[in-house]
Amino acid sequence: MAEEKKLFKVTIDNITIDVEPGTSILNAARTIGGDVTPPAMCYYSKLQGSGGKCRTCLVEVAAGSTADPRPMPKLVASCRTNVMDGMVVKNITSEKVIDARNGVVEFLLINHPLDCPICDQAGECHLQDLSYEHGKEGTRYEFKRRSFDKVDLGDKIQLHMTRCILCYRCVFTADQLTAKREHGILDRGDHAQIATMIQKNLQNDFIGNVIDVCPVGALTDKTFRFKNRVWFTKPVDAHRNCNKCCGEVQLWMRGEEVFRVTARKDEWGEIKDSTQGKPGWICNDCRFDKKETSDWVIEGPTKIDRHSVISQGHYVGVTKPTETFNAVHNGRSPKLLMDIHDVSEVNKQHIELSALNRPAHSTDFDKK
Amino acid sequence: MERLTNRAKAVERKPMTFLESLYLWNIAKGMGITLKHFFKKKATISYPEQKREFSPVFRGLHVLNRDEEGRENCTACGLCAVACPAEAITMEAAERLPGEENLYREEKYAAKYEINMLRCIFCGLCEEACPKDAIYLSETFAPANYQRQTFIYGKPDLLIPHPKEEPELYAKAAGGRVVVKTGN
Repeated sequence: MAEEKKLFKVTIDNITIDVEPGTSILNAARTIGGDVTPPAMCYYSKLQGSGGKCRTCLVEVAAGSTADPRPMPKLVASCRTNVMDGMVVKNITSEKVIDARNGVVEFLLINHPLDCPICDQAGECHLQDLSYEHGKEGTRYEFKRRSFDKVDLGDKIQLHMTRCILCYRCVFTADQLTAKREHGILDRGDHAQIATMIQKNLQNDFIGNVIDVCPVGALTDKTFRFKNRVWFTKPVDAHRNCNKCCGEVQLWMRGEEVFRVTARKDEWGEIKDSTQGKPGWICNDCRFDKKETSDWVIEGPTKIDRHSVISQGHYVGVTKPTETFNAVHNGRSPKLLMDIHDVSEVNKQHIELSALNRPAHSTDFDKK
Repeated sequence: MERLTNRAKAVERKPMTFLESLYLWNIAKGMGITLKHFFKKKATISYPEQKREFSPVFRGLHVLNRDEEGRENCTACGLCAVACPAEAITMEAAERLPGEENLYREEKYAAKYEINMLRCIFCGLCEEACPKDAIYLSETFAPANYQRQTFIYGKPDLLIPHPKEEPELYAKAAGGRVVVKTGN
């Protein structure tokens, strides 16, 4: 092994980098980062065998390699195509790619319902971002959309098959993370659906991770269902000692209440590596049952991309001015004309929605 | 000093003559102006009895809309609250139970919905943000009150009357704004 490894020189959108042989074009583009990186709906770097299904990562290969500089005849899926030495790849600089990607998004949206106002994934949905960038305003599809009834996968996971784009990420997660796989894809073509044979419960310790890998709102956390919108909750990094998983998570809080627990995500929306260097999958105990602030050691607010809707209304780095009223009025506090908490019916102290492990119902609120 | 314009007039400080100090001519001139206004069109109206027509873009008090069957349109998606520059809107969502289908149009609805009218600036961004045609700014003024507490508007204050049970009140509240859908 004394021989030095030869690195491949690859040019993506006129940026040249050296990468190891065997790297996919997508991963090479991710080392550059930014707009050059093709979007990916099905590829997940932490899951073996994922990718090649959604076709959103299509790129144009303008020159195959130095040895054979002919361009590839068709657009290729960058997550499944490995780089060659001297390869020239065009992503956003190619009109063909943009056009093809618009088409792919239109295909993905054929059967995807536009129920973002109801969907809990809204605000962190990859399909939402993708269609915002590439989608058309209207649809050309005239037929009935594929629809399924919603299914409970166990008592904590809700499956909305109607929203599914069949990326297979959750199937790979269940296959590779848990000892026994209990769900997969049934039927073919338009009828294909993620299912547990006869609604069999998923009882694995790590099955909750399918919620995190789902790029759309097909798999959602039932303990968080309809509780709040993601952009009204504040993400903080926290950890606890867990004997099953790394215990490093992200809490989605509102005030002192923990509304949701998820794994930490990196810039590609994939689960981050934990401090031990392994992918930071979290167990169901951490995800569903530890909803008290006292269960966690809070490290601090998560850094959220400025362009994300989740960062709205989070005033970071603000120093609160000192209240001078008491000092100038000999310790008398100001007389409040109205305390909003006495009047407001929202966020009542005695109704703790975060403590429910199901969606809130009309019976949970005070009648008025 | 150089003058900027040559419109300045020097003030005359001549003492008034006897005729001028009687002000007779000036009083007559003023009375003439007053008299002229008797025959002009009145600029005011007697408000509670007479009402002016609103501009088509007038933004008044909010209403939460219902569909043609009287189900609430709002799904508590939170877009109005995000759009609100004054942070006046708060809500809590809930899941529709079986048997509540006649009350709420979709499986998720706003169990609590509140607009703090003390904070609201009536900009209409909530109306623009709403994907469900659920919130409208109507052609009514926000009423005045001595108590601050009365300006926290909850769902009972905001919801439009039921279109089937109280069609007249509904039509009045809807005004010309709310698109009343028929069929489909």
